[in-house]
Amino acid sequence: MATLELNGLRKRFGDTQVLRQIDLSLTDGEMLVIVGASGCGKSTLLRLVAGLETPTAGTVRLDGRDITQLDPSARDIAMVFQNYALYPHFSVFDNMAYGLRIRGLSKAAIQARVDAAAAMLGLGDLLTRKPRQLSGGQRQRVAMGRAIVREPKLFLFDEPLSNLDAKLRVQMRAEIRRLQRRLGITSLYVTHDQVEAMTLGDRLLVMHEGRPAQLATPMEVFEQPADTYVASFIGAPAMNFLPAILTEHGAAARLDAGPTIRFTDGPRAGPEGMALTLGIRPEHLTVGDPQLRVQVDLIEPLGSETLIHGHLPTAGAPPMVIKVAGRAPASEAIAVGIQAEHLHVFNRETGMRKAPGA
Amino acid sequence: MDRRTVFGGWLLPVLLVLPQLLLTGFFFYWPAGEAVWSSMTSQDAFGEGVRFVGWDNFAELLADPLYLESAVRTVVFCGAVSILAMGLALALAVFADREVRGRHAYRTLLIWPYAVAPAMSAVLLLFVLDPRVGLLGRWLNRMGLDWDYHLNGNQALLMVVMASAWKQVSYNFIFFLAGLQSIPRAVTEAARMDGAKGWHRFRTITVPLLAPTTFFLLVVNLVYAAFDTFGTINALTHGGPGKDTETLVLKVFRDGVVNQDIGSSSAQSVILMLGVIALTAVQFRFLGRRTET
Ligand SMILES: Nc1ncnc2c1ncn2[C@@H]1O[C@H](COP(=O)(O)OP(=O)(O)O)[C@@H](O)[C@H]1O
Ligand SMILES: [Mg+2]
Repeated sequence: MATLELNGLRKRFGDTQVLRQIDLSLTDGEMLVIVGASGCGKSTLLRLVAGLETPTAGTVRLDGRDITQLDPSARDIAMVFQNYALYPHFSVFDNMAYGLRIRGLSKAAIQARVDAAAAMLGLGDLLTRKPRQLSGGQRQRVAMGRAIVREPKLFLFDEPLSNLDAKLRVQMRAEIRRLQRRLGITSLYVTHDQVEAMTLGDRLLVMHEGRPAQLATPMEVFEQPADTYVASFIGAPAMNFLPAILTEHGAAARLDAGPTIRFTDGPRAGPEGMALTLGIRPEHLTVGDPQLRVQVDLIEPLGSETLIHGHLPTAGAPPMVIKVAGRAPASEAIAVGIQAEHLHVFNRETGMRKAPGA
Repeated sequence: MDRRTVFGGWLLPVLLVLPQLLLTGFFFYWPAGEAVWSSMTSQDAFGEGVRFVGWDNFAELLADPLYLESAVRTVVFCGAVSILAMGLALALAVFADREVRGRHAYRTLLIWPYAVAPAMSAVLLLFVLDPRVGLLGRWLNRMGLDWDYHLNGNQALLMVVMASAWKQVSYNFIFFLAGLQSIPRAVTEAARMDGAKGWHRFRTITVPLLAPTTFFLLVVNLVYAAFDTFGTINALTHGGPGKDTETLVLKVFRDGVVNQDIGSSSAQSVILMLGVIALTAVQFRFLGRRTET
């Protein structure tokens, strides 16, 4: 149990600047989820915290103590690797006991801790097996167990569920959250999965090209994305973007596609005609409202809802996705309206969110 | 999955394996058969009459203290060469596995000795170790150490062990390096996060995971030390002083080619052959079992 503080963390590999500037602080017992596209530097960030890489600049503080230069073996941090990284020549028991033996715990204490963790994770019958005799889900549990028994100051998870099948992933996701709450161990959890990002963390850090794009609670990130990158990354199917300009002294936006929409949450600052990008999620479009005409390309029935893929009739218009409850009308073109209260407004040049008054 | 290929007739498969069969037959089974045959014969002193004597040659060998001495010497020699060559290679491979500047050049340099002919490396070593001409040899004597492998049997044995091991380090290095690199990095990293420091991690994680490589190399090194060191030893010491560096292969050569005792020499080579077959069989069984699981 501890606090974690990252200050001005940067990492460069040769000529590639992988992490540009990371400032972050975790309170005791908090679970922070880091999400971002593949290659944005998530694993690198975890490895810096773990001590497996040394930062080019910046400091890592655990419980207020500067551990930037400390060897991983002296950090008291446990990590769950993406491919589990179990010791192939040890039994499940020895995999979990390894770190405890190094710490010089008594035989009885080791037995007690491993038994407790095994019971918690349902591994009781597997303690004598070798990793190669386990299924993917069981290996995942052993990797969790190995982290838990040590009762470390900090847990690091690097996409721990990405090698599991969908059903198991849902189950393990809930289990990880339950365990983390129960043990109250401060955790950093890296994923590229939408649902994990939304459900697991107390707070969510969206990373983009080695920079933090937004740090907030998952719902805040969903409801008020800081820029177009975050807006497109969080939420599935992704948000639709429509080019527009600022009009009526900041009280409304005129879509390049024609209609003008008044902002329901207040006017935006900026010169008349300022270039904007309007964002609207697929579920916030209404079929049957004659604001926009959308050419239909493809209809995907998902059972309880339907996705309509289409585009505006203008040449070179970006694709649009509309989500409707139930079935969709089969036609070549449909009338679509924008629910103005769900509109997201971005500066087209910078991509940043434009809040009312700003 | 069934990977077998089924051939219609018998002619094509036979043709396909024929070259290999011919080569093996010509270069192995024929001479081996000949050796087995002559191991059960005895020639008179003038090389004229050849008599069939059954197991007599073998019985004589096993009762011959000189042969047993040579056998013990060979075991010691093989053990020393294997341990030295493998230990050195493992240490070098561990360093080469680290991500250090210039490690490519380092690796290439380490592989070169493998390309040097045994007799050549022996001559090079003589230049270094000869008590009168060699750099190191002269220096040792000047330091007051009585270094002369022409006279001192232990020094001679030490020298052939080092020369033979030096040749084999490159080979072992390549395999150890490959073995080290096949250990997933994350496993070592997990051990670091578990608190395992350098030596402890090496002993509990690296060494066990290298076991298959080590076992394979042990057999290869034993076979190498027993058979392929003929050129090195012969060039360095001719088995001397006395018989102090005469391993079993040298004895086969001396008894058969020099002393023309074909019967005994053949019996010795049959025993050596059985030794190789046994080692190889052990290795196949062990490796076969490992790949099953
Ligand atoms: N050891 C390394 N040497 C050079 N480049 C690296 C190294 N590790 C990671 N990178 C690069 O850093 C970038 C970020 O990698 P990573 O942190 O693994 O991304 P993520 O986990 O978000 O997918 C990638 O472009 C990757 O190629
Ligand atoms: Mg990664």
